Amino acid sequence: MGGRMLKLSGKVIQLSSAVMPVRRQLFLLSTNPHLPVVLRGKRAFLVRGNEVPEGFRHYLAFDSVPENLPAEAACTVIDRTFAYLAENDVIAIGSDGRIRSLYRASSPHNAVLITERCNNYCLMCSQPPKDVDDGWLMDEAMELIRMIPRHTAKIMCITGGEPTIYGEDFISLVGHFKRYLPHTSLHILSNGRRFADREFARKYAAVGHPEVMVGIPVYSSDPARHDYVVQAKGAFDETLRGILNLKEFGQRVEIRVVVHKQTCDGLPALAEFITRNLLFIDQVALMGLEMTGFTRANLDSLWIDPIEYKDKLSEAVRVLSSYRVPVSVYNHPLCLVNPDVEEAYVRSISDWKNEYALECQGCTRKHDCGGFFSSGIQHGYSQSLKPFT
Amino acid sequence: MSKFQPISTYSDAEHGYELLPFKFEPLGEGEVVLSNIVGEFVILEREKLGALVNHTLDTSDPDYSTLRAKHMLREPGEQAPLELLALKARTKFVNKANFTNLHLFVVSLRCDHSCQYCQVSRQSEDKAKFDMTEETADKALDIVFRSPNPAIKIEFQGGEPLLNWPLIKYIVEKAEERNRLERRNLQFVITTTLSLATDEMFEYCRDHGIFLSSSLDGPEDLHNKNRPRPGRDSYARFVDGLWRAREIVGYDAVSALMTTSPSSMNRVKDIIDEYVKLDFNGVFLRHLSPYGFALRTKSYHAYNAERWLEFFKEGLAYILELNKAGTVFVEHYSSILLTKMLTVRDPSFVDLSNPSGAGISAVVFNYDGDVYASDESRMLHEMGDSTFRIGNLYTNNYEEIFTNDALLTALEDSFTLSAPGCSDCAIEPWCGADPVFHHGMTGDMLGRKPESEFCKRQMGIAKHLLEVMRTDPEAKEIFMKWVGAC
Repeated sequence: MGGRMLKLSGKVIQLSSAVMPVRRQLFLLSTNPHLPVVLRGKRAFLVRGNEVPEGFRHYLAFDSVPENLPAEAACTVIDRTFAYLAENDVIAIGSDGRIRSLYRASSPHNAVLITERCNNYCLMCSQPPKDVDDGWLMDEAMELIRMIPRHTAKIMCITGGEPTIYGEDFISLVGHFKRYLPHTSLHILSNGRRFADREFARKYAAVGHPEVMVGIPVYSSDPARHDYVVQAKGAFDETLRGILNLKEFGQRVEIRVVVHKQTCDGLPALAEFITRNLLFIDQVALMGLEMTGFTRANLDSLWIDPIEYKDKLSEAVRVLSSYRVPVSVYNHPLCLVNPDVEEAYVRSISDWKNEYALECQGCTRKHDCGGFFSSGIQHGYSQSLKPFT
Repeated sequence: MSKFQPISTYSDAEHGYELLPFKFEPLGEGEVVLSNIVGEFVILEREKLGALVNHTLDTSDPDYSTLRAKHMLREPGEQAPLELLALKARTKFVNKANFTNLHLFVVSLRCDHSCQYCQVSRQSEDKAKFDMTEETADKALDIVFRSPNPAIKIEFQGGEPLLNWPLIKYIVEKAEERNRLERRNLQFVITTTLSLATDEMFEYCRDHGIFLSSSLDGPEDLHNKNRPRPGRDSYARFVDGLWRAREIVGYDAVSALMTTSPSSMNRVKDIIDEYVKLDFNGVFLRHLSPYGFALRTKSYHAYNAERWLEFFKEGLAYILELNKAGTVFVEHYSSILLTKMLTVRDPSFVDLSNPSGAGISAVVFNYDGDVYASDESRMLHEMGDSTFRIGNLYTNNYEEIFTNDALLTALEDSFTLSAPGCSDCAIEPWCGADPVFHHGMTGDMLGRKPESEFCKRQMGIAKHLLEVMRTDPEAKEIFMKWVGAC
């Protein structure tokens, strides 16, 4: 991994007409030709070699229909961009002829998107909200959870949109995770506003998931600036009260800060605010900007070369570290941060969207470096890269 | 892209803002410091303060954002600032509810030293007269375990407590025995010069988890001048004891306190260097207490608050230099105030607490069975003023001791959130009540603040720390490291 962006969704080449799905269907993949026959009816076989065993619910083949495909078998032909698919992965095939990778058993970066709706409208949103009825995404997530082989997923992420927009159904989803995949730790990306409702926070805590953390963005110590970044008046107040309620009920909370032109100057003040008001949070993540979604529309007000804020970043990390607040710096090329940030530095970009720039060729520290979002490589990145020699 | 609104949309200029409670105090030329009940602060130009209180401060002013983030103002409808203020206030006072933690046992008044500023010790061989008995110790332990505090610290004081070593062992073992049922977080400390400490004693300390709080006044000449003993070898004995204690009990099991005598005034760097040389991680630049021999011999009047502040500032500057050059070294007095300024925690330092730590944070059992509200209270008693003797182990029970009128009056009268001169002081959140000092100096629990040396010192340190943080960002980061680590 790490070279090129993985394509997680795309058009299939051919669907065997006999079984053109009338609705989107989820399949758990197997590459094992010796899978007990009794299990085959629930799985799709990913054709890798010449062997095409009988009895699978569905077949997935690259480039063309295998000649020895069992009669009457349903088969979907996909191109080699999906060559990464493997045992225990879960895919969805829609009636629109699109295939989507929903779960990759070998990846630590599995995210379940359950809605595109959101009550924030962040300047740099990577997943611009849509006000549509997308409840089917929730249904699909529930099905996916039942399908994922237990013990294969160490960690999964629930994301959106704003997952809590479902209210009670969101809480049911967390319970569903707990019952089906109790050994999978959960990271929920939420703006935290819904948790300002104490009763909601209490119910969420009452699920008693053994290992769950909510990642909540706080962009500034100044409410006006936070509200501006998320384009929602009063959001800061609700988010803060949400965090307080979650911590009161003993829940784990991460504070996430996307660093860009509107937030970088305030980083040290935000760090101090956290040490003074939210010392009990579990960790802080300071993250580089992803050049996708709304970011590209708001590029002028958001883009700043990370090299210009590296001292502010260092100061924020030093303040948080002084107070023993666990802090991590994500999504920043190593050559654009000061050496004192390295203790907090994490290589973190999800494997499927992680790349390096042309300038990085020959850099001796590439393997320590987090690199770039693929979107950054495509749509612009720092001109200050300086390979380590 | 009209679907995105500019930042001005997100400040409520139309409906104005509300002030949240704060106090202010001039700070040098044209500036003021604002502080609130939880100890957060903002330094402003004086005109800005005027604008703030007249509700004319512009929402686009950078100070507006700072004041809002520090909870000195809020916009209509905001609830988080109040919740956070309440949470921080609860955090700050949370330890008060646990009541007494520190229990001092004066196991002997006898001492092998004859320090001129010492408050209480006796040069005597008369054990019967100046040593605590087992019976008295038992009665004291009865009181100790009445404390509702889940953490109990027993500190052995003197005189030189090692002169009554058998009683220390007796108390430690009795307390341990009782604690098998009580299950408190039980700690022991011996306050000793180490001059009489044997390896066997250290081994006992090691086996029972006993800490050692010792004394080091500076370089050999200064230390020996301050601490005369037969043989004039106090320093040598301390250093020898220190290394043996580190070897046997543990490196972090032994600390040292410094007493600032008149001779210390010009020696602050020497003193600090001595602490650095002996590999301590900090020094406590304390002032002399106005009790006992200190007052009688005029040592106390040999330097006033102003002179002491000079000493302190010079020392702090040197310590910051050391830190900037890579040697991590803490000044503990600053650290106590800075903890109140830069964190949500209260350091629970008995002499800088509000309500006063007397009686409720610490209590003293004297060798003769008398119970005092603080170490200073028994020193005052040695000078003939028994105001803060709150009971006697042989004649009073727990309830009588801790509801003693003198104690309750002292706590109430000196409570800084209502005391005249304190309640509206911007330094108050970082200060504390000291009824014993003020009673001792003026006969009044509250004292007259404009004339109070205590007040001058606290104001002086606090303002100096603010000034250092304002002008030296690197120093502020060093301070944050000092206070953030706990």
